[in-house]
Amino acid sequence: MGVVRATLSLKTRVALAVTAVLVLGGALVLVAALAYGRQAAREAYDRLLLGAAADIATTITVRDGTALVDMPVSAFELLSLAQNDRIRYRVVAPGGTTLTGDPTAPLPAPSATGESVFYDDSFGAEPARYVALTRRFAERSFSGPVRVIVGHTLLARRELAHDIAQNALVVLGAAGAVMALFAWLAVSQALRPLPRIGAALASREPTDLTPLSLSAPREVAGMLVSLNAFMARLERQSVATGNLIADAAHQLRTPVAAIRAQAQLAADEVEPDRREKIVTRIHDRASGLGRLLDQLLSRAMIVHRADSQPATPLDLRDVAVDVVETCDDLALGVGTEVELVLPDSPVVARGDAMSLVEAGKNLLTNALIHGKPPVRIGVTGGDRPGLWVSDSGDGAPAEVTAAQSTRFVRAGRNGGSGIGLAIAREVAEGHGGTLRMQHDGRRHTVSLDLPGRAT
Amino acid sequence: MRCLPALIVAVFAAAAAHAAELTAAFGPENATRTATIRSTTDLSAFGPVIEAFLTTRPDTRILYEQWGSNDLYRMTAQQCAEGDTAADLVISSAVHHMVALVNEGCGASHSSAATETLAEQMKWRDQLWGITREPAVMVYNRDILAPHEVPRSRFDLLDLLRPSDSRLAGRIATYDIEDSGLGFLLAFSDSLEATTFGGLMEAFGRTGAVATCCSAEIIDAVASGEYLVAYNVLGSYALHRARGDDRLGVVAPGDYTLILARAAMIPAAAPSTGMAREFLDYLLLPEGRAELEAQDLIVRLGEEAGAPVEVSGTVEALERPIGLHPPLLVAMDADKREIFTQRWRDAFPQ
Repeated sequence: MGVVRATLSLKTRVALAVTAVLVLGGALVLVAALAYGRQAAREAYDRLLLGAAADIATTITVRDGTALVDMPVSAFELLSLAQNDRIRYRVVAPGGTTLTGDPTAPLPAPSATGESVFYDDSFGAEPARYVALTRRFAERSFSGPVRVIVGHTLLARRELAHDIAQNALVVLGAAGAVMALFAWLAVSQALRPLPRIGAALASREPTDLTPLSLSAPREVAGMLVSLNAFMARLERQSVATGNLIADAAHQLRTPVAAIRAQAQLAADEVEPDRREKIVTRIHDRASGLGRLLDQLLSRAMIVHRADSQPATPLDLRDVAVDVVETCDDLALGVGTEVELVLPDSPVVARGDAMSLVEAGKNLLTNALIHGKPPVRIGVTGGDRPGLWVSDSGDGAPAEVTAAQSTRFVRAGRNGGSGIGLAIAREVAEGHGGTLRMQHDGRRHTVSLDLPGRAT
Repeated sequence: MRCLPALIVAVFAAAAAHAAELTAAFGPENATRTATIRSTTDLSAFGPVIEAFLTTRPDTRILYEQWGSNDLYRMTAQQCAEGDTAADLVISSAVHHMVALVNEGCGASHSSAATETLAEQMKWRDQLWGITREPAVMVYNRDILAPHEVPRSRFDLLDLLRPSDSRLAGRIATYDIEDSGLGFLLAFSDSLEATTFGGLMEAFGRTGAVATCCSAEIIDAVASGEYLVAYNVLGSYALHRARGDDRLGVVAPGDYTLILARAAMIPAAAPSTGMAREFLDYLLLPEGRAELEAQDLIVRLGEEAGAPVEVSGTVEALERPIGLHPPLLVAMDADKREIFTQRWRDAFPQ
């Protein structure tokens, strides 16, 4: 009895996977959102700084050989948009002297070039962001670049960056919750058939092996199909076993009754000659019974093997040779020679060698017992490889061939040819092939055709 | 000057560069807690507010120093740079100085239920708070000017100054913006508010208006009839004097009236910021505001007849609060001051 060990539930696994995705994704989005927020805030407030610097730069006028800045209030109103940030500015003349503003405000690195340069520095103890905007003068009395430095602290930038990141996180959190909800719904929906299948199986009669017909998602349906196939195999095995018992009972009852009657006769017979005759008849009957038993068992075995044995590549010529060998005794017994007709090259087919030998043996036995010599066994190659047996007789009686599909074929005096044909047919069908009988006027041929290698 | 029981008054020589004009101590000498307030507000006006604050705090002593606005700024900026000050609370009517100080990082932060009651415009960075509400008004002499002659707005003033034989010629006074930080701030705010300011400068210059120092002197001169109109006087002084002097009338200009809130700051290096915060909260809560209003440091303009400040037009439309915000830094700009002062000097030659 196998032990079913329940591992982590699928829902838990999906929950863990979704959580992992959300946590990892969340971390990535958080980092991205913070970076994006910082970037966006920086760009927005850098523009503000630049706007204020440009505003200041336009108010610089040259008077009496020196630059004078009529500081515009609008520049400071612009900077006031960063509500709580401290502001610092400075206007530097070409010579480096400070025209107005805070002379301690930092200048950009000398290496920085361009009309406007942004740089980070400090304002007192706080970090600050600055812009240096250059306006060039070319007057007779005053020429050269005048630099306008404007800076402010970073409170508003941080707040904006924080806001942006926070909004992104709120959206992400909501998306995550929705994802988790949908994942949970989908998994619940997908797993619903499983308990149903379990219940359907549990509520079955012990002998009920009919296929389950339930609708289920594709992945589960695959399992259901396998389960049905497994039950079908079980069903076949069970039916075969039943058949064996029924066949044995049906087929054996008459010969056994006959043998018992003969034995009774022999016991009552006092005449030694007649008694000898009866004993010989009992012996014949017993041999026939033995063959019948063989056939019944081999048929059961073939049905079993058809389900359990994997098909392996084999050379049909070997099968034919094996068949002839196993029938050697019988051939000698009836005094008929068996001709072996084989092609030179191997005839490869997929199948179960033992079943095929059994089928060939039955066909050859039929030909030897019921047919007329010369008896031939052979192999055909090509697209449909096959094993055939032919003799010069008229073939099986019509009622035998017509009843081939049924199991109950009255055995003839020496064991029925019907069972042999039925076995051959079952082997052919078990291999996906067919059993074909034909008569060309002179010879009767039974051939077991197998599907080609391509199929 | 009112007589205050626990008041010790010392008058210092005006020559000293960094010296308080007046100092006073409130509360018992053996108090466990002491705080120092430096302010431009007249001791006579602010003293009662401090006393009211101390009535429920017998263990507290407050030293009050009255300063000129420019001196107070220079000293506070210098002490801020040195990181050492004796002041726990600095209050100035020259609010551009205060914005500049906070902009330099000189203020300590404080946020409380009391500071939350302030309008957004009346505070900055939780380091600067507007504690009073004082309109910039015109004061006139009732005895000399008939009601129909009284200028109700700057336009009236311009019209009165237009005739070559104007009675007001040479008899209009205003603060000298070089001597008074408050004077500069009000003139500068005027220049931002309307083009009237340019016309006014021109008219003042043409008619020989007087730029002089100090509210008290200007109002005294109006009362005596030396000047007929004082322009841009802080409403608190004007009202205080007008209540005791029938000759004085106070008008809030009908075109617009600047509203100034004296700004308070706790220096970052203040020795006892806790006391300063407590006093600040007191000033912002109803109890303290009532005291400030009693001292005319909070003035509500009313349209009704008989109101202490005469108003023509609707109050909401004419009030222009001076926000405690960075644009005031422009008033501190060296070049800007030079340009502005130059323009002023053209009107008021020394």
